[in-house]
Amino acid sequence: MLELKNVRYTYPGTDQPILKNLNFEVADKRIGLIGANGSGKTTLFHLLIGLLNPDEGELLLHGQPVTTKETLRALRKEVGFLFQSSDDQLFSPTVIEDVAFGPLNLGFPPEEAREIAVKTLHNLGLTGFEERITHRLSGGEKKLVALATILSMQPKILLLDEPTNNLDPKTRSRLIDILKGLDQHQIIISHDWDFLSHTTTILYEIAHGHIHRCEEDHVHVHRHVHKAGDHPHHHQHSS
Amino acid sequence: MMDEHFASGNSQLHRRNPKVKIIVAIAFITVVAVTNNFTVATVALIAAVLLISFAHLAPGSVAKRLLAVNSFIVFLWLTLPLTYGGEQTIRFGSIALSQEGIHIATLITLKANAIILALIALLGTSTIAHLGHALDSLGLSKRLCFLLLFSYRYIFVIHNEYKKLSRALKIRCFVPATNIHTYRTYGYLFGMTLVRSWNRASRVHQAMLLRGFNGQLIPLDTKTINRNDYFFLATSLLLTFVLAILPLF
Ligand SMILES: Nc1ncnc2c1ncn2[C@@H]1O[C@H](COP(=O)(O)OP(=O)(O)OP(=O)(O)O)[C@@H](O)[C@H]1O
Ligand SMILES: [Mg+2]
Repeated sequence: MLELKNVRYTYPGTDQPILKNLNFEVADKRIGLIGANGSGKTTLFHLLIGLLNPDEGELLLHGQPVTTKETLRALRKEVGFLFQSSDDQLFSPTVIEDVAFGPLNLGFPPEEAREIAVKTLHNLGLTGFEERITHRLSGGEKKLVALATILSMQPKILLLDEPTNNLDPKTRSRLIDILKGLDQHQIIISHDWDFLSHTTTILYEIAHGHIHRCEEDHVHVHRHVHKAGDHPHHHQHSS
Repeated sequence: MMDEHFASGNSQLHRRNPKVKIIVAIAFITVVAVTNNFTVATVALIAAVLLISFAHLAPGSVAKRLLAVNSFIVFLWLTLPLTYGGEQTIRFGSIALSQEGIHIATLITLKANAIILALIALLGTSTIAHLGHALDSLGLSKRLCFLLLFSYRYIFVIHNEYKKLSRALKIRCFVPATNIHTYRTYGYLFGMTLVRSWNRASRVHQAMLLRGFNGQLIPLDTKTINRNDYFFLATSLLLTFVLAILPLF
């Protein structure tokens, strides 16, 4: 449904492209995306949602190139993007206003927008958060509210940029449950292998400007006990 | 992020329609700003104090705002009586204080405090989104509304970035002194505050665009004008008019 075709992207003021000859299609339901810091994962998301324009190649939604303002609007209605930093995502004074912001912009009358917002918060277990001040929430609460602001627009695809950053184990497993329960297509950037093994079925890696699909057996759960075993870690003797 | 703590409340003033409050504020402030009359300024200040008492705001927060305004006015008191000149003077030994200077400083103090209190009571009690919407429906150009809303919005962003950076300086034991190191550090602090605010502002703007923002902030609860609003509008405008013609009596 969403596809990047032969895309090359170079940040202005730099001479090396971050991504080149990139082909990527959101075909599967649960896609994990890994890659070293600075490899271009966030850049790929920005290209997928039209925040950045490729030097070459094109962005297709349902096979149609996204070029005009209208197609861009349609794209952004279908695709929700959870930022790496929730502080950049929440801008209204209260939680309810922030969650209702999207529906209001989509043309829902205020009463309906409020209803949608309340329902979305309820589904995420955030009932009672409506009148809380967004900038006084904890990091984990901010992340969940940020997710609510996106889900309230009822997108079909979710782009999640390092959603487990700064989450404690409890909130993290709550997020896993939430994501598993959602019907949307999901592409998740994460350095948290265990999280990816729970939430995704297919893994892509970005390296040296290219994206490639990882081996099927790359995603696996390893159950064993050691200190901080639930944190992302590498094994000395790899399988 | 957006600090609007006066806007949350349920007093009679909070419940008034923002459009009505804007009209009253404009009328009141115009009358107070142009007057040179001592009585008008005094009555205006009393009216403003009454108005703010209707808003049930935290006295401490209001006092803090007043202090900020009056710290500028202190400079007027330090300079005007000494420099204004004029015929009548009051002598304290070798110091001559201009009576006209004192008169003008008093007038400015009364007017400034009346205006700031009225602004807090009338405009502070609505959220920025509501005020923007009200200005828009009063016929102010969309671009101007947008500009107004966002300058307000980003002042807090800039202030936050500044606070973060100066905290980073403090934990590394930075002590300002009069030397090149200090000036350079302040230069960096200033520059980085601007750069980071700019970056942050553009990320927030992106977040808004992604959620379908197209230049218009839509408030969550539409405010209709009810009978109480018309009553408030009529009474306030009448009283403001009386205030304006007070010097004729
Ligand atoms: N606005 C920009 N201008 C110039 N270069 C940039 C800009 N934004 C990112 N880059 C560079 O592009 C590269 C890819 O950045 P990107 O944010 O996509 O990485 P990432 O894979 O998301 O990394 P991380 O895991 O740290 O989030 C980095 O080397 C970064 O320095
Ligand atoms: Mg990133």
